[in-house]
Order: sequence, then C-alpha cells, then structure tokens
Amino acid sequence: MSSTNALKHRQACLYITLAILAIWFLVSLGCSILFRDWMDQNMPQVGNAQFGFWMSQQGSIICFVLLLITYAVLMYRLDSKYGYLDSRHESSDSVDSADSAESAE
Amino acid sequence: MEQSTLNFIFIGISFAIYIGIAFKSRATSTKEYYTAGGGVSPLANGMATAADWMSAATFISMAGTLAIGGYDGSRFLMGWTGGFVLLTILMVPYLRKFGKATVPDFIGDRFYSKVARGVAVVCAIFICMTYIMGQMNGVGVVFSQLFGISMTSGVLIGAGIVFLYAGLGGMKGITYTQVAQYCVMAFAYTIPAIFIAIAMTNNFIPQLGFIGEFTQDGTGTPFLEKVNDLNVKLGFSKYTDGSLSTINMFCITAALMCGTAGLPHVIVRFFTVKDVQAVRKSACWTLAFIAVIYLTAPAIGAFSRVNLIQNLHQKKYETAPQWFKDFELTGQMAWVDKNNDGVIQYFGKGKSKAGTSDVFVPTAAAKKPQYPTEDKRGAHGERILVNQIDTSNPNELWFGGDIMIMANPHMGGLPKWAIALLMAGCIAAALSTAAGLLLVLSTSISHDLMKNIVNPNLTDKEEVRYARIAAFVSLLVATYFGINPPSTFIAQTVAFAFGLAASSFFPTLLMGIFWKKLSKEGAIAGMACGIGFTLGYIIYFQFMRGTKEQYLFGIAPAGIGTLGMLINFATAFLVNLVSPPPPLEVQKMVENIHIPSGAGEASDH
Repeated sequence: MSSTNALKHRQACLYITLAILAIWFLVSLGCSILFRDWMDQNMPQVGNAQFGFWMSQQGSIICFVLLLITYAVLMYRLDSKYGYLDSRHESSDSVDSADSAESAE
Repeated sequence: MEQSTLNFIFIGISFAIYIGIAFKSRATSTKEYYTAGGGVSPLANGMATAADWMSAATFISMAGTLAIGGYDGSRFLMGWTGGFVLLTILMVPYLRKFGKATVPDFIGDRFYSKVARGVAVVCAIFICMTYIMGQMNGVGVVFSQLFGISMTSGVLIGAGIVFLYAGLGGMKGITYTQVAQYCVMAFAYTIPAIFIAIAMTNNFIPQLGFIGEFTQDGTGTPFLEKVNDLNVKLGFSKYTDGSLSTINMFCITAALMCGTAGLPHVIVRFFTVKDVQAVRKSACWTLAFIAVIYLTAPAIGAFSRVNLIQNLHQKKYETAPQWFKDFELTGQMAWVDKNNDGVIQYFGKGKSKAGTSDVFVPTAAAKKPQYPTEDKRGAHGERILVNQIDTSNPNELWFGGDIMIMANPHMGGLPKWAIALLMAGCIAAALSTAAGLLLVLSTSISHDLMKNIVNPNLTDKEEVRYARIAAFVSLLVATYFGINPPSTFIAQTVAFAFGLAASSFFPTLLMGIFWKKLSKEGAIAGMACGIGFTLGYIIYFQFMRGTKEQYLFGIAPAGIGTLGMLINFATAFLVNLVSPPPPLEVQKMVENIHIPSGAGEASDH
C-alpha cells in the first residue's frame, strides 16, 4: 500500500538520522568536551597535538563534512529505493489519499 | 604604494563587483525578492550560504577568540559547524518540502494560528536584530581601522552600503553577490595563513604547521608546546587547556549548535534550490566551503598568539612596531605603563596575587579604552586613557580580540597586498551577513506581520515597499547597537543571537516537523517561555547589574540558550497534554513533509 511505503521510508529515514546524530554527538560534545581528558591520555597524538584538543579544533569539523556527505548519499539511495526521485510529478504516496490509516483518531 | 591606497583599491574593486551584480538583478516581484526566483544550483547556493553564514563573527572575531582563549575557542568552531549538521538532517529538507518563504510562515501554518505566527515573528526579529548588531559592530571595527576613523563613523558608513544593495536586490541580488563574496573571503583568509605558516613552521599548509614544529627560532619545538609555554610563562592558562568550566563549554557549544539549526536567515537560504535532494547536496557544499575557513582559523589563532607575544611583550614602546601605534590610534589597542619602565608588559591572571589581569577597570559604560576629548600623550608617547587603571596586576597591554585577524598579517610581516586583500575579506564577511539578515528581518515584517496578520489585501508591490521600509528602520536600530553593542566581542554578541534561536525556533521547529500531535497552545507556550527566559537572562547579565556569582548552575549567558531550549521542550510538552490536538489537515501536512518528492515551485532563472 502506498501509505505503508511512506511509513517504511519514514522509519528508515529516522534510523539514518539517529545514527548520524549519535556519531555527531560523539565526535563533538563527546570527544572534545565531555571525554576530552580521557581522549588526551588514551588516544594517539595527531602530529604534535593531543587527540582531544585536535578533535575539538580540526577533527570534529572534518567529521561533520563527512557526516553530511554520508547523509546525502544514504538518503539518495533511500529515496530511489522508494521511488521518490522524480520530483517533477506528485508522488503517489501523498498522504492525502483517503485510505491513510494514521489520521484516523 | 601606500597601504591605505592598496586597501582602497582592493575594496573598491570588490565593491564594484558586488554592487554591479546586485544592480543587474534588481528584484521587482515578491517571489524574486524573497527566494531568488527558486532554482539556484546547489553549488552556487552552497557558496552563497557559506558566505551568508560566515559573518563578521566568523571571519573577524573567531581568530581573535581562539588566540585569546585557545581551546575555549573550540566552542565556536564546533558550535557553528556542528549546528550545520543538525540543520541539514533535522530541518531544511522538511521545510523545503513545506515550500513557504519564511520560518514564521511555517510556524503560522503548522500551528494553524495567527498568534503562533506573531510569536514567531517576534522571535525572528529578536534573533536577527541581535545578530545584525554583531555584524554592524564588525563593520565598524573594519572601517574604523581602514580609514583611521572612529567606530561610530565606521558603522554609519557600513550601514549605508548594506542598505544599498540589500534593499535594492532582495534575495536574488544577494545570492550571486554572496558567491563573489565567498571567493574574496576564502582567499583573504587562507593566503595570509599560508604565508605565516611558512614563516613560523616551514610548512605551507597551515593545518599541518599547526600540529608541526615551530621553526622560526631553529629549536624545532612542537608548535603547540611553544604556544603553551609562552602562555604559562606570562601567567595565562595553557593554550590547549583554556579556562572555561566543562559545563560552560558544553552549554555554550550546545546552544550554538542548536541555535544554528534554528536561524531563520540560514533556513531561508535553502528555499532557493530546486527540490529536497538539492537541499541536501547544497548543504554538503555549504559545509565544505565553510570548513575551508573554519579549519584554517585555529592555525591563525595560534600563530597570532605567538606573534603578538613575541612582537609586543617586553618591547620598548618607542621602538614598538608601527602597526601597534596605528591600532592604538583607533582605540583597538592600548598600553598603560603601570611600572614606568617604558616597556610593554603583557601578563595573565597567574601573575597577579589578586587573580586579575585587567589593564583598566571595566564598567558597564566603559568596557573599552576611553580617551580625553583632547588627545594626551604620556611620557613615552603613548595615548593616555581616562579609565580607572587596575593596579592590582602588572598587565599593561589591552587589545580588542576582534583586531587580531587584521593585526595578524602586520605582525607576520606580510606584503601589503595580502593585508589589503584581508581587509576586503573582512568587509565582505560583515556586509554579506548583515544583508542576509536584513532581508529576513524585512520580510518577516512585511510578509509575516503586515500581509499575513495585519492586512491580507496588500499587493505585491506594496509588500515589497513595506519590506524596504522595514529594512531601513531595522538598520537604524542595528546601527545604534552596533555602536553600543551588548558585548565587546562580536562573537559574543552573535552567540547571544544563537542562544535565542536555540531556545525558540530550534525546539519548536523540531517538534513541529517530527511530532504531529503538538498543538498550537503547546508550541506558543514553549516558544514564549523559551525565548522569554533566555532573553531575560541575557539582558540581566549584559545590560544590568548581574554578576558571575548569580549564574544559574554556573552557566554564562552565552550558554543559557541550552537551558532555554529545555524549558521550551518541557513547557510545550506539558501544555500539549491539556490542549486539543491539531486538526487532521495539519497532521496530514506534517506527514506530507516527510515525503521527499513533489516539493513544487522550482523555477529556473
């Protein structure tokens, strides 16, 4: 059914988003602030910089760019899998269809 | 050729380009005014958004903040880039599908209420105004340095130019102008960094020199170790440690990140691309372009720190470099000979028993050096201050953090054209963001307030006219506060704007997109409480008598947006429990925006 198609797509999208958020939190607020001291002591240096410090000033930014690229690629694949790529036509999964079960409450 | 002549030439050329583009794309219909007629390519949009993003705060203030704060500066680096990730995965693809021109539009429709729209407009106005204040301050800093005039005159001149091309071209003019501005900014930022990296670390890639070795004195000490040592020797905390508490680092960084994802003037940038997939691509490009500069900033900060100390500390005033005296003339640097030895000493809190390092006692009215009406000179030729001198510590050197980026090439002995290029970049940064903000502000007032709330029968032409009037008035207010800003650091002023966005738009938009059962009552209560709390906290501590001991949980005003955000979520949730759910059409609309195709309205130009 068209509405379960939309639902599955939305769920998959949610998983991707949450996974990216988890990594995002880890490399920024995690590595660079909350766990910084642990990182400095236990992870190798980057050049002459301590790991936590380097993450806070350089590494996190690089990770962010990579995360966005990953997101764009994963979402593109997801969209094509569910047939949403041609944006010129109205998708048949528009939730205006009368048999949409979710709005019945 | 004189430095100032070169400066004018570089700036003049860049201005001619910007104004030329703006003029060529003179907007007439509201559609063109607001969203550049749709259909800008992701690459061009990426560059333009990056330029819009990189305001005076980024370009001018960040390097100085890093130089002074070291690790502490990371809050800005991570906050402003990390927030962009949030913006992309949580907000803009959905808002683009929704298809309206402004954020208050979305809030008004999603929460089916004029009150909600009105509250959103008020929030947008506060956020944009605070942000513009920071920009106008930045414009003032740059122009005053450029012409050797006062800050006030610098701000006034800049304001005039901003109004000219923002008002004339609307969004379309600004989009392509900003592409040009990005290019200027990227070169202006990275080229001086490369020169200095070569001089100090024998590496033409600044980021590698940053983690490499300090080769200038032939010892091969690791560069970061050198900075740390210099800092500690002078009584500052280690550069790589900083001095902010963990809770403040966390809260401020989080506030900046979430605030980023709630900024109306950035969100609106994404309405100019073709469809939802293009939005994601555009965001990738934008962050990549932003990263070029943000990855260079830490290197510049660290290099500047070393340069500043080596060039000024324990140097006789009379033989101090000329740039120091130039900055002294415009009030951006000051020296008070506390021990009457004619030598400049720069010390941190560690060198004074009282734990202070202020040169003069800052008061609410006078956070900067104040001079007598007739310029007086001291025993060695230095400008005399009329501030009350703080004798509890030996620190004699004061400088505004915001001049570090401009001082850097002077300190590094760079060629004059590199300095001129940098000035052109600084101006590009401040003006591009100011223009973008002004536009959002003016459309909020004309489109969201006037047309959708006050008088729905406005014609297109009248709407555009209101937008221009609103732009003019906003600019006046911003100019006033640009001259008297809430904080002496541009980055700090801008951080407040982010705190406001983090406590109002970010939570409300997030809930609006992902939680279809959130009612209008919940959203309105959440927004009002969030921004009310945050604004009150900021005003109390920045403009009234609040002191550090009174901070809630030890959180500084720059980080209170995180708390305000939690208040927004909690209030919305609680009020939602006792209010009726949204109508079915609204719930369907929410479900619809999660479907990426069929975004509509994408004309090419």
